[in-house]
Amino acid sequence: MAMTATAGHAHADPHHIGVVIEHPGPASKRIVTAYGFWIFLLSDIVMFSCFFAAYAVLSGQTADGPKGSEIFEQRNVAIETVCLLLSSFTCGMASIAADVRNRFWFYLGMTVTCVLGLIFLVLEFREFADLVARGYGPSRSAFLTAFFSLVGCHGLHVSAGVLWLLTMMAQVFAKGFRADVLRRMMCFALFWHALDIVWVGVFSVVYLLGSGA
Amino acid sequence: MLGKLDWSAIPFDQPIPLIAGAVVLIAILAVLIWVVVKGHLPYLWHEWITSVDHKRIGVMYILLASVMLLRGGSDAIMMRIQQAVAYQSQGYLPPEHYNQIFSAHGTIMIFFVAMPFVIGLMNLVVPLQLGVRDVAFPTLNSVGFWLTATGALLVNLSLVIGEFARTGWLAFPPLSGLSYSPGVGVDYYAWSLQISGVGTLVAGINLVTTVLKLRTKGMNYLRMPMFCWTTLASNLLIVAAFPILTATLAMLLLDRYLGFHFFTNEAGGNVMMFMNLIWAWGHPEVYILVLPAFGIFSEVVSTFSGKALFGYRSMVLATMAICVVSFMVWLHHFFTMGAGPDVNAIFGIASMIIAIPTGVKIYNWLFTMYGGRIRFATPMLWSVGFMVTFIIGGLTGVLLAVPPADFMLHNSMFLVAHFHNVIIGGVLFGAFAGFEYWFPKAFGFRLDERWGKAGFWFTFLGFFITFIPLYIAGMLGMTRRMQHYDVAAWRPWMIVAAAGMAVLTIGVICQIVQLVVSIRNREALRDRTGDPWDGRSLEWATSSPPPVFNFAFNPDVRGEDAYWHMKAHAQQQSLERDRPEYQDIEMPRNSPTGFVCAFFATIMGFALIWHIWWMVILGGLGAWATFVVFAWRDHDEYVIPAEEVAAIDRVNLEERRSLISMAGAA
Repeated sequence: MAMTATAGHAHADPHHIGVVIEHPGPASKRIVTAYGFWIFLLSDIVMFSCFFAAYAVLSGQTADGPKGSEIFEQRNVAIETVCLLLSSFTCGMASIAADVRNRFWFYLGMTVTCVLGLIFLVLEFREFADLVARGYGPSRSAFLTAFFSLVGCHGLHVSAGVLWLLTMMAQVFAKGFRADVLRRMMCFALFWHALDIVWVGVFSVVYLLGSGA
Repeated sequence: MLGKLDWSAIPFDQPIPLIAGAVVLIAILAVLIWVVVKGHLPYLWHEWITSVDHKRIGVMYILLASVMLLRGGSDAIMMRIQQAVAYQSQGYLPPEHYNQIFSAHGTIMIFFVAMPFVIGLMNLVVPLQLGVRDVAFPTLNSVGFWLTATGALLVNLSLVIGEFARTGWLAFPPLSGLSYSPGVGVDYYAWSLQISGVGTLVAGINLVTTVLKLRTKGMNYLRMPMFCWTTLASNLLIVAAFPILTATLAMLLLDRYLGFHFFTNEAGGNVMMFMNLIWAWGHPEVYILVLPAFGIFSEVVSTFSGKALFGYRSMVLATMAICVVSFMVWLHHFFTMGAGPDVNAIFGIASMIIAIPTGVKIYNWLFTMYGGRIRFATPMLWSVGFMVTFIIGGLTGVLLAVPPADFMLHNSMFLVAHFHNVIIGGVLFGAFAGFEYWFPKAFGFRLDERWGKAGFWFTFLGFFITFIPLYIAGMLGMTRRMQHYDVAAWRPWMIVAAAGMAVLTIGVICQIVQLVVSIRNREALRDRTGDPWDGRSLEWATSSPPPVFNFAFNPDVRGEDAYWHMKAHAQQQSLERDRPEYQDIEMPRNSPTGFVCAFFATIMGFALIWHIWWMVILGGLGAWATFVVFAWRDHDEYVIPAEEVAAIDRVNLEERRSLISMAGAA
């Protein structure tokens, strides 16, 4: 086929309005990775919002079972919250340690994060087990269904986070602070902090609002 | 040991699925044996299955979609024949089988044909159009593809092991709840969508990041080809909408597996919540499908009219407007379910508003053609056919958006005709246009035009002969999903529709023949320059098929229609002189992570469907271990030395230059 293109007139940018800032080219790997992980976190938050919405719709549907105020234990929730918020701080410490390549503080920060995460999970598990033992399991009422799903979904995320945390420690132990390991560490830290944000939502919507009613 | 699975799961008493399954199994085995005997297995493994090259993954997506199109199409043929014969009789399909067929048809066509087709095209083309070497996350890209394939595999497995859902493609509770659907059908449905949904989400994140963060120098947002814009919009919708599907199906599964009460009639469950959630995903989903098609038409119409796209900025604005508004119309899928006149009115108006940006697009395409030197090659035929078909589908959509009219027409064959009108006329025509348009780029030779045009005309006419009668039957009061009926007035239209289906089938056969003929004549159809259509965007600036690294140098973009701009300035001729020294290129290494991960996901999905708990744990552990092993790799990139890059690049430059000098001489 004929290549008429070269003979055609130049098609300059017809919308030249003022100064065009030239795009500098592809971003660095670190930025691309973190950006992509942010997008993933946003999608994860959309998923959580569905469970929040379901909880909001179903929280009044107790089917003659217990209401929130009858089953929530403030003390338990307070300890859980403190654990998780503190773990966010120690996770931040571990991130800084990784950035300055300090193994000792990295391991310490990650270990404390892990322990705090595990305490949180144990407390949550005990709360769930206790409710089930009293006959208030998720199949008792739509309210309990929504409660177990929302809080349990967060708990599952924390469990996955602990698994990831241990994998990260093993990776640093085996590979050192390599560029790809550091990128993963950054994603892990974002993930852990995001779980904290979700917990603040769970704490407010489920436990605070629920206890008052 | 094997949960609910035993010999009664195989439908020995039903010849149709058994024979169909046997035929498919023999076909798969035959292909496998051929591959092994001919010694193609190492090639397939190293070059395709473990490939992280976006072009290869794109091709595999499209191959999956094409195969599934045949499966979904067979379901369609069976339904049309059933409705043509089942007047005052039971036809040849018993109700429980017919219900599985329409459920499988919808599920397969949306999730395993339309989705992989558009994602495949985006994968193949977008990095090339952006002038970069790969997508943002090449290995995850492969994981995404293989998880989609897992979902498709599970759906097809249900043909011979157990059953598929009888609930329609969205599995509304309480019908899909345990009390009314105790079998494994809904579980097959839900788990395959969960697994392939993860794959889709991964693809969405990947492509959003690619468009936003990986663009070559000078590729400002408002210089991106329209297909990149629609890709961005579509994948933003994936990221925002698919988690809703995941959550909704998770709730349904919790109801079914653990006795939860999200959507049950007892203990305070709320069925309407399922409607709202599923359609909050479902409506954006149709725009996820059709926006990339709009992008394809924009590219094709502009290229084959020899003009820049008319109203580029209004097109961008229209695309992003659709992206946002598509989240605000979901309730029009259930106007009749008691939301009340105020709410219905708001959603009705929102649904009509979305027709405005769509109309803007139609006019932009028309004005792009106006005054252009139009070449009616096959991709252009699909595009013009789309405009005609889609306007009709869009208008019936606006009609359905009027709540009082919807009260008459909802759940009728009119609705069926409407959404086929927009999905076939919009998405499928777009996919075919993109297939014809970018095929030379992917494989280095063009498709046969005669068979392609025959395929278009049969499909186009077949479409109208099939679906106009369905509109009429809907107006005559025929509801959808009827296994048999007693109204004489509907019958002639069902027979015409079945005849239309035959014409459509001829169209599909033409396209298969086109592929075979083109492969045979590939030397004659060879595209040596990499620019067979006189294209305008950067994918045409590299060879066909492109080298693994796409571009020897990241192109420097100076305006819209980047490649057209370069050609106009005859830059190729001086390119080599101007170019700095060739440099080594680092590319991501192939990885079996995606395939192995999908292998374990298949095991896990199958085990979940049949309640084989030990196998679930095994599959889960395997998938996690796969990722850990992947994370433990020491060398995830390999280097293509500068001499090799230079050698590959010079061959293509030579071809291009000779063509340009030929054109100059003529």
